[in-house]
Amino acid sequence: MRRQIVARLAQSLIVVFIVTTISFFVIRSAPGDPFSYDLPSITPTVREHWREQFGYNRPLPEQYTKYLASVAHGQFGYSLGRHQPVSAALAETIPRTLLLAGLSLGLSFAIAIAIGVAQAVRRDGWFDRITSAVLLFFFSLPDFWAALMALLLFTYWIPILPSGGIVDPVMHDYMSGWPALVDRLRHLVLPVLTLSLVTIAGLARYQRSAMLEVLPSDFIRTARAKGLTEREVIWRHALRAALTPMITLLGLGLPALLGGALFIERVFSWPGMGLLAANAIGARDYDLVTATVIAGSVMVVIGNLVADLVHMAIDPRVREWQ
Amino acid sequence: MSGQPRSALWRLVHHRMARWALAVIALLILAALVGPLLVKYNGAEQLDIVALKNRPPSWAHPFGTDQYSRDVLTRVLYGARISLAVATLAVLLSTTVGVAYGLVAGYAGGRVDNAMMRLLDGFMSIPRVLLLLAVLTLWSPVPLSGLIALLGLSGWFGVSRLVRAETRIVRAQEYVESARALGVPTMRILWRHILPNIAAPVLVASTLAVGNVIALEAGLSYLGIGAQEPTPSWGSIFFDGVEFFAGNWWVVLFPGIAIVVTVLAFNVLGDALRDVADPRQVDVARRLPESTLTDPPSMSALQPSENG
Repeated sequence: MRRQIVARLAQSLIVVFIVTTISFFVIRSAPGDPFSYDLPSITPTVREHWREQFGYNRPLPEQYTKYLASVAHGQFGYSLGRHQPVSAALAETIPRTLLLAGLSLGLSFAIAIAIGVAQAVRRDGWFDRITSAVLLFFFSLPDFWAALMALLLFTYWIPILPSGGIVDPVMHDYMSGWPALVDRLRHLVLPVLTLSLVTIAGLARYQRSAMLEVLPSDFIRTARAKGLTEREVIWRHALRAALTPMITLLGLGLPALLGGALFIERVFSWPGMGLLAANAIGARDYDLVTATVIAGSVMVVIGNLVADLVHMAIDPRVREWQ
Repeated sequence: MSGQPRSALWRLVHHRMARWALAVIALLILAALVGPLLVKYNGAEQLDIVALKNRPPSWAHPFGTDQYSRDVLTRVLYGARISLAVATLAVLLSTTVGVAYGLVAGYAGGRVDNAMMRLLDGFMSIPRVLLLLAVLTLWSPVPLSGLIALLGLSGWFGVSRLVRAETRIVRAQEYVESARALGVPTMRILWRHILPNIAAPVLVASTLAVGNVIALEAGLSYLGIGAQEPTPSWGSIFFDGVEFFAGNWWVVLFPGIAIVVTVLAFNVLGDALRDVADPRQVDVARRLPESTLTDPPSMSALQPSENG
């Protein structure tokens, strides 16, 4: 068990290394550099001087090894657009994205599991059919468009929720205690709900088929035969077995969730990593862009790692198999 | 059921949902091809910047006009060309690359497979949207061909894992082994014996991917880095509407409906294809966006059932 965990950790580190390499080279392969923007007042000499100063005139392999070394020290360079170290910008925005993505992840898993189980139990019944159709519809909604429509509906036509940001830009400073918390929560409602809506649709279908695979098993028949109530059979025995594939999904669904969060952040002006990336990009802020790609990937790697470890902890078959 | 099993095509045509999906997709393609010929304006034409700016839907302009007084219906029809073409070509590219990569890894096995899969782990950990956002803006303005290439080259990871797993299964079958023993060249084994046996799940994955890429391209265009002006794609119509969003919701609503209908049609078709490819599998798991095509729940659903 311990050796497997160490091996799994090592594997994650290798993936992080590969991700860093890919991000570096893909982004550096773009034409130009941070100093090649069009501004007549900057002379070629000045540009050359900047390139010299920041090492952009060095051969690519040398830049790469230097970059790796600084990343290993936790330094991601300096954001020329924001005039602050990249690590500071990330430290400020990542928690906000994690809050958004984390809440959506929790909410969508809880709802998706409930829906999937309810569908599987009464397979092909009216609830199953209607829910399947509705979920397929939500699954086909582009997340940003769903967000735009929610914005239109709940902030312009029925103005009951704030249109964006984390807190009220004016009034929040005058609030304390409950009102301040309520203000924060009100700003969370639309981003979290729209992000969850799209995620639930994909997850519930998995939960449904995982349950359908488990329900005909012998141990379910045994559980029924020994006189357990149907409720106990479904929610204690069947669900527990059908949850293991969902744990793997927890890790695998993360890239999509983070990608969705990026659009949602843009629609609701949620100042997280996605908005940071979108703004960094306009400013040709290479270090910041590279770092956001790496940070997003590292979140995914960590998510996968946690999912695998949880999987190992609860499912003895995985332990033996690995 | 009695008698001979029907062909896959027969089952597809007789699948009720598949018929609906195919009809909708055919209509969309027709609208994209013929639609622009039937309307009075062209997609980039600014009709009357004073009188017709941001007009709500009316008889003359059923989908309204945008802030540059362009007719939204016309733009949606022209946009259908771009959105459908970009998505289809991008998926063709990603499927080709993914199948090639997966075939090589799965057939080679051993260290080659291991190294290729580790590299793939890296690719799959990078959120696609984030990477596309980075590359597209640093390269902007990206021509349509570049957009297609980038969407395609960032979308093959899931397919290749799927193909690799399927290839490993097929490779272990006796007929492949006997072909190898007979000295059939590797390329021919891959082409004649392995590829046809893994085609069904690849087709399902690709169909679902088309819907996914249409939504993705729309999202990127919404951020202003997808299809560039004056070429309208469904997403870039939003990009123009979003500034005065509350005042001209129709600019966002109608192209959005076009996207939802299209994505829904491709998703339904993908589901139907999966039913058809394996009729004994009554109920199958469905992918989460792209990355999930690989692991236990969906794999068991996608495998040809004689291996299951």
